[in-house]
Amino acid sequence: MLIAELPLVAQHVADKVEHAEEQGGGWIIHHILDNYNFLGIYPLPRIHLFGMDLSITNHVMFMFMAAIIVFFIMKYVANSYGKSRVPHGFANLMEILIVFIRDEVVKPTLGSGYEKFLPFLLTLFFFILTLNLFGLVPYGSAATGDIAVTSGLATLSFLVIQGAGMKKAGVIGYFKGMIPHGIPSWVLPIMFIVEILGIFTKPFALAVRLFANMTAGHVVIFSLIGLIFILKTLWVSPVSVGFALFIYLLEILVAFIQAYIFTILSSLFIGMAVHQEH
Amino acid sequence: MILKPLIALLAFSEGGPQSFLLDINPGVVIWTTIVFLLLLWVLKKTAWKPILNALDERETFIKESLEKAENARKEAEELLRENKERLAKAEEEAQKVIEQGREYAEKVKEQILAESKDEARKMIDEAKVLIERRQDEAFAQLRSEIAVIAVGAAEKIIKETLDEEKQKKLIDTYIDELKKN
Repeated sequence: MLIAELPLVAQHVADKVEHAEEQGGGWIIHHILDNYNFLGIYPLPRIHLFGMDLSITNHVMFMFMAAIIVFFIMKYVANSYGKSRVPHGFANLMEILIVFIRDEVVKPTLGSGYEKFLPFLLTLFFFILTLNLFGLVPYGSAATGDIAVTSGLATLSFLVIQGAGMKKAGVIGYFKGMIPHGIPSWVLPIMFIVEILGIFTKPFALAVRLFANMTAGHVVIFSLIGLIFILKTLWVSPVSVGFALFIYLLEILVAFIQAYIFTILSSLFIGMAVHQEH
Repeated sequence: MILKPLIALLAFSEGGPQSFLLDINPGVVIWTTIVFLLLLWVLKKTAWKPILNALDERETFIKESLEKAENARKEAEELLRENKERLAKAEEEAQKVIEQGREYAEKVKEQILAESKDEARKMIDEAKVLIERRQDEAFAQLRSEIAVIAVGAAEKIIKETLDEEKQKKLIDTYIDELKKN
């Protein structure tokens, strides 16, 4: 099915590239931006509910796929524990990641009572990782390269962070706990503003960091390939392809690192909200 | 020439409200939330619980096994030490028994030796006494026999050498002697 569409895609890319010079960098942005066609080809239904545009976009389709894949992988891993105490092969690989998230990411940053947040953080890690890796697959696109997706995830992190803090110390106790001990009272208004800002900058930074990292790699790869068309010479192609390959490999690393960073920072912020005394 | 499009692509792109890189589509935010929460809910039930439980169980199992092994090792060491001690004690005891046996044997030997010496002396003494008695008896017998032989011999000699004159003279002296008494 996809193979049959290949000439179509080639034509599509060729058309876009044709207009590259006239459009400035528009074609690159076009490839990174979300659109209403699955894989950029198949039109998806437009849904309007409650006066909002809830259309399923390309990135939403990739999120569906990622969710389904993560579900089946983790289901498989969970089942493999029923067969033997020590699973091997793929389940073992996943176990390494799970144990890494538990022992190296969540436990040291969250401290005592980490078990309650482990499912959230594990889901976060594997979901983001899968989304990131989708950006590296042919025809794929990284949903995490969309600020809407990352802000959705960051919002959830924000809610979990604040919820955890408020549940631990109570709503008033939580806000009181944010103010450091022994500061003069005239600083309090400033502290209040700073702390409230801090609450929002943390998830904002999470969202922007993931989005920018995932987007940047793709933009660089597109730009490198685009050099061939902009300069209208084949001689630059070895350089372009070589560098693009290098960036691609770097992207694999970045996919893991960014998933890790999003998770560890979320965990750290939850830990800070829960253990305010530190 | 190259820079212009590169700068352009980072800042803006052509037309339409959806084409700016930092535009947030609220629908996608909501979809992200829904998908993530659904995934979280499903995974929590079907995957994370069994996986984390299995990991915990295995860790406890490993910890317990290690502790058990450590205990077993300690026990074995204790046992070995005890055995060694016991062995040493047994050896010591055996040595003592051997020593005692040797001493006893020595004593018995000496006793037997002394006894046999005594016995031998006694036998020698008895033998001496017997020899003396036999000697005495022999002497007595010899003496009596010698007396008989001497008397016989004397008889013979007397018979042969005593003539009438001599007999008369002898008888006379004898009678004289009797008379005096």
